[in-house]
Amino acid sequence: MVTKQSSFRAVRLALGAAVVAATAFIAAAPAFAQTRELLNVSYDPTRELYSNYNTLFAAHWKAKTGQTVKVNQSHAGSGAQAQAVIDGLEADVVTLALGFDVDAVARNGKLIKADWQARLPNGSAPYTSTIVFLVRKGNPKAIKDWGDLVKPGVQVITPNPKTSGGARWNYLAAYGYALKANNNDEAKAKAYLGALFKNVPVLDTGARGSTTTFTQKGIGDVLISWENEAFLALKELGADYQIVVPTFSILAIPPVAVVDTNVDKHKSRDLAEEYVAYLYSPEAQALIAKNFYRPFKPESAAKEDLARFPNIELTTIEKFGGWNKAQKDHFADGGVFDQIYQPAK
Amino acid sequence: MIASRGASSIAEPVVVRWILTLLALGFLAVFLCMPLAVLVHEALKKGIPAYLAAITTDDTLAAIRLTLLAAAIAVPANVVFGVAAAWAVAKFEFVGKSVLTTLIDLPFSVSPVIAGMVYVLMFGSSGWAGGPWLMDHGIKVLFATPAIVLATTFVTFPFVARELIPLMQEQGTEEELAAISLGASGWQTFFRVTLPNVRWGLLYGVLLCNARAMGEFGAVSVVSGHIRGKTNTVPLQVEVLFNDYNISASFAVASLLALLAVVTLVAKSVLDWQFARSRRRAAH
Repeated sequence: MVTKQSSFRAVRLALGAAVVAATAFIAAAPAFAQTRELLNVSYDPTRELYSNYNTLFAAHWKAKTGQTVKVNQSHAGSGAQAQAVIDGLEADVVTLALGFDVDAVARNGKLIKADWQARLPNGSAPYTSTIVFLVRKGNPKAIKDWGDLVKPGVQVITPNPKTSGGARWNYLAAYGYALKANNNDEAKAKAYLGALFKNVPVLDTGARGSTTTFTQKGIGDVLISWENEAFLALKELGADYQIVVPTFSILAIPPVAVVDTNVDKHKSRDLAEEYVAYLYSPEAQALIAKNFYRPFKPESAAKEDLARFPNIELTTIEKFGGWNKAQKDHFADGGVFDQIYQPAK
Repeated sequence: MIASRGASSIAEPVVVRWILTLLALGFLAVFLCMPLAVLVHEALKKGIPAYLAAITTDDTLAAIRLTLLAAAIAVPANVVFGVAAAWAVAKFEFVGKSVLTTLIDLPFSVSPVIAGMVYVLMFGSSGWAGGPWLMDHGIKVLFATPAIVLATTFVTFPFVARELIPLMQEQGTEEELAAISLGASGWQTFFRVTLPNVRWGLLYGVLLCNARAMGEFGAVSVVSGHIRGKTNTVPLQVEVLFNDYNISASFAVASLLALLAVVTLVAKSVLDWQFARSRRRAAH
């Protein structure tokens, strides 16, 4: 009886000590009393870009106002992030993969004023990108253009267009190519998309998920990817991959916007507006090019950074009737994507 | 009867015994030891200093803090609830008892993602549990610590109760009846008779509850908002680091969770042993 009691007491003592230690650790959280904060809700591949930009911006804001600013980041698939902001994720700024997702926050959440796109230069897009292919070293499946992606035995990795912005650009680039290759025959272009997605073994929810599926998990022969994401994968993961530039692609425009309702609530409008406006400064534009995005003002960027970007024939979202129409035709429930996509068995 | 059955199992052909043992060991090696070895190898690939640096970055420390906080709230809450529920179910007869037992099991039967979605639907901007009102008054529930605590509590809800109910049922109500007939009050009976009788089972339930609370991914991922250094728990931080091409750091943080699992296993064995001993003593 005595040993039973004492062993129980020992357990209690150990548990007590663990609880005290944990409490002390939780309570020791650093306090940011004099720091202003800003939340940038962004899409998947901008992790590194905004991590670098936040440092640049914090220095700029400090020099300008003397205040210390900490920018918090959140990254996931663009569509999922827009939905989170609508559901109540209190972003001061959204930097998403396509205008439709910012529009969704403006329309469904009533959090951004309808004129957001006209508030900053270039339709509120401080940078653009395009869609290219990433293949394994030596290009063993000899992939040169979109036509090669539908060949039997080629595994294609691309994220889910329902949740990922990059995936929607990928899809529209493929569709644009197919229309061009088939003299605008929509039935043939849809058949091409059907054959393409038949070769997709897994749809991740965001672009970065697809990149890690292709690189870390070693699945697939070709990754359809943001140009910036492909360059970053080469930089981070080195010599095991190479970029293939197709003959035809799309001008991908990821815009930025201040979330009006949230900045008014947080009293952070001055900070948020400067955060997006400063993206157009020469320093930021140079940083953008360095992070593999195509800057709006190339004259501010270093020559060697610009030299990386190949000239490709690019279609635009306007060719598909703008995002509202493209979304309705292709990605809404029952749209073309739902018609052509059957999950691989 | 028992002796003869024991003898016959020992009399299995040597080959069969060896094959079974090898099969079990092989299975363990492939599905348990190998992944663990890979984890430790990847985590320590860049050396101990890099390992320590990886688990002490601001964002990772914040994730550890949040995980500890969520567990520190969810576990005691579920201990109180679990003991109360088990006591009610095992020692009393009442209308709706089977409904209560089914409800206790609910978090086991729904996917954690659904558990997370429920809180989005409740506390989101169009949520019907006062989401808009909370937001207007500057109270953050969703995409903040409260929702993470709620989701963690939800998925760890059944552990304590599930552990205690069969134990309490098996023990019956005789000792409680004796205590009451000797003049003990209800609370005295509970704290001096019921609770001491189930303490090892309770500790075991707490242990499992804690392990799940710290390891939960799905439900927490849905309600987190993924704000770095703010609303990422340790499992979410592992994913963030992995997707940042920060593979060795991600394995380093994952090794913390593996360590938790090992500690849990050891503690579980100790508890099992204590539990068996206390029962043997009770039997004498």
